Amino acid sequence: MTKVPNNNAAAYAKKKAPGTKSTKAPSKKKDDEEAVEIADGWDEWTNGKALIKPPDQVVLTEAELKEEVTRILTANNPHAPENIVRYSFKERSFKPISAVDQMAVHFVLEGSLVYQDSDDSRSLKDKKGPPEENTADDTKAESDEETKPQASPAEDGGDVEDACKEDRPDSAASKADEKGPKLTNKFNFSERASQTLNNPLREKSCQTEPPPRSIFSAMANQWEIYDAYHKELQKQEKNKEKQKAPCSKKDDDKSKKKDMWLETLSDDVITNLSKATKIIERMVNQNTFDDIAQDFKYFEDESDKFRDEEGTLLPLWKFQHDKAKKLSVTALCWNSKYQDMFAVGMGSYDFSNQGHGMVAFYTLKNPSYPEYIYATNSSVLCLDIHEQHSFLVAVGFYDGCVAVYNLKETGAEPVYKSTAKTGKHTDPVWQVCWQNDDMDNNHNFYSVSSDGRVVSWTLVKNELVYTDIIRLSVVSDGPEGAQPHSFTCGTSFDFHKQIDYLFLVGTEEGKIHKCSKTYSSQFLETYDAHSMAVDAVKWNHYHPNVFISCSSDMTVRLWDHTINTPLFTFDLNAAVGDVAWSPYSSTVFAAVTTNGRVHVFDLSINKYEAVCQQVVVAKKNKLTHIRFNPIHPIIILGDDRGYVTSLKLSPNLRKQPKLKKGQELPKGPEVEVAKMEKLLSLLREPEQSSI
Amino acid sequence: MAGTGEGKKEEADYKRLHSFPLIRHTDMPEEMRVETMELCVTACEKYATNNESAAKMIKESMDKKFGSSWHVVIGEGFGFEVTHEVKNLLYMFFGGSLAVCVWKCS
Repeated sequence: MTKVPNNNAAAYAKKKAPGTKSTKAPSKKKDDEEAVEIADGWDEWTNGKALIKPPDQVVLTEAELKEEVTRILTANNPHAPENIVRYSFKERSFKPISAVDQMAVHFVLEGSLVYQDSDDSRSLKDKKGPPEENTADDTKAESDEETKPQASPAEDGGDVEDACKEDRPDSAASKADEKGPKLTNKFNFSERASQTLNNPLREKSCQTEPPPRSIFSAMANQWEIYDAYHKELQKQEKNKEKQKAPCSKKDDDKSKKKDMWLETLSDDVITNLSKATKIIERMVNQNTFDDIAQDFKYFEDESDKFRDEEGTLLPLWKFQHDKAKKLSVTALCWNSKYQDMFAVGMGSYDFSNQGHGMVAFYTLKNPSYPEYIYATNSSVLCLDIHEQHSFLVAVGFYDGCVAVYNLKETGAEPVYKSTAKTGKHTDPVWQVCWQNDDMDNNHNFYSVSSDGRVVSWTLVKNELVYTDIIRLSVVSDGPEGAQPHSFTCGTSFDFHKQIDYLFLVGTEEGKIHKCSKTYSSQFLETYDAHSMAVDAVKWNHYHPNVFISCSSDMTVRLWDHTINTPLFTFDLNAAVGDVAWSPYSSTVFAAVTTNGRVHVFDLSINKYEAVCQQVVVAKKNKLTHIRFNPIHPIIILGDDRGYVTSLKLSPNLRKQPKLKKGQELPKGPEVEVAKMEKLLSLLREPEQSSI
Repeated sequence: MAGTGEGKKEEADYKRLHSFPLIRHTDMPEEMRVETMELCVTACEKYATNNESAAKMIKESMDKKFGSSWHVVIGEGFGFEVTHEVKNLLYMFFGGSLAVCVWKCS
């Protein structure tokens, strides 16, 4: 605790202090004085320099400027009030106070000196022991005491000094407490310190990637060196030889070509692989179905010898595809080029249950899986494979579209397809049939549909061009005459084998029309054939006049197209799905019925009864279609469960006319025609006789 | 070999034929490779009997030309596995019996 004021400050204060009446804190006074001083020094300081005049400076004349103004320095404080009055109780009036405090304190610095003999130093020494907090409290208490008197205006300088001293109670003086008697500053020591701002440190670093390295190792010894040289020399010699021979370059090229070839090969490894797998697949199938293959090739039913006329059918492979299980077989067609291959059209005949369809191509060599599969959006109702270009397949759909698939093209879409714009049928297409190329060598086919149109489709570049061949208008049979705009539904047709323009159309109401491609408006002939829809109509392969028809009315009828009435009528006791002439005999045909039976007729043997009647599928299955293989003695049958069954005809069913020993077996179409003619004549004679 | 004479002849033949520098392995760029190879040939011919001097010469020249820390091994029989900066390795045979390996690794 130091109460001792700075000596200098005290002296200075005493000089100016007397009579000061200012109530201001000395420090404030000091500031004022300083301001005055700065103002005084201003002129001198700015001498010789361009003066910046304030805009409101008083303009003085030269004379005024030169006028001397005397200033007398006095000890009076210019800021000190001059007219302070105080009420005197004694005189009962206000009295001006003459003695105004003129003192201004400019600087105060506390001293830390204490007289050694003084009480203070003694108390300091005493208080060396006690804790510092006490001293702090003391100072506070004292400062409180002394601030009070400071407020009173009539205070003499000593008090002011005390106040000044109190400004910094804990400076060097308080330090002195700690350091004891030695610490007091005898030389008016003042301690000043400042700290500059240190820039914060930052770290910055970077690392470059080391140059890439690698490891190499080798062995060097004499034999290796020797071998290396040896090889190099040989190489050089070879090069020399090559350079000498100009053809060597060609060799190089060839090898390059070979490489290229190999590369391309590797590119279509998949196709190669598929070929290999196909072969394997067929081998496996051949193994598993070995007995069937043997039967197909060699088995001849011995029991036929003991039966007079009747024959049997030997079931061979069954073809079935999982995805087509719920579809019924709607079309069958043998491939004319590859005799082991046939196409199956699948779909549904039930108009309330229409869905997707499928075209599958099977080969006898692989009964387990189709060679080609084309899924279609609509039921397939018919198809035909082009006779010369067996990769072209015309397909007719339930939705009235016709399309042509090209087996050579990869992809599931048909290459041609009719659209609503290009004259598609408005009703199911029941049959399609390829025709000979037209005069411009464009492929073309015909289709018949329930909408009563027979349309010719021509494949031109990349579109199908259609031509309406005939409209099946209702034939007038009443007195009112035909309604001009009503058409009957065509369900089947067949083109004459020899006469190009002639064809037959079977209709839904059981009529068969003989038409010509050249007359679009009228029929050459109309046969009142059946009482229900005609399911199939087929020209005989040999005899130009004979055709056969079958219908859901359970009958199969044989016709001569020159005669209006059927030559034969066979009642098969169930709706007949399809009928087909055999390719090897003019008098053999087969029909399938919905009760799962196949009826094979040989008119040359039996004109009234089938030579073979056999149930070939499970009871519930309905047979829908039948086709004879053009070469082999087998037939394929389609049923409504998506199964295709192949059957071998027993020898009795393909019996040739009895041979007389030594006589050469007559063959060829003429014989077949004659055979049929003989049959027909048998029929005609009774007729004629009856007439 | 049938006889010593023939053998000698073959040996001479071999020496004559196998005198050219034969690069066994390198990843240097063309220009550098040629230069290095020529340098090795020069050094090996200059110090035909002293592989150490030859190696020293090659190393010092390489350091000067392509920057420091080149290493050279010359000998008739040795095995090695070295780590080198890529594009800075040359391993060659010379003179029918010498193997020279030059690489940089700093």
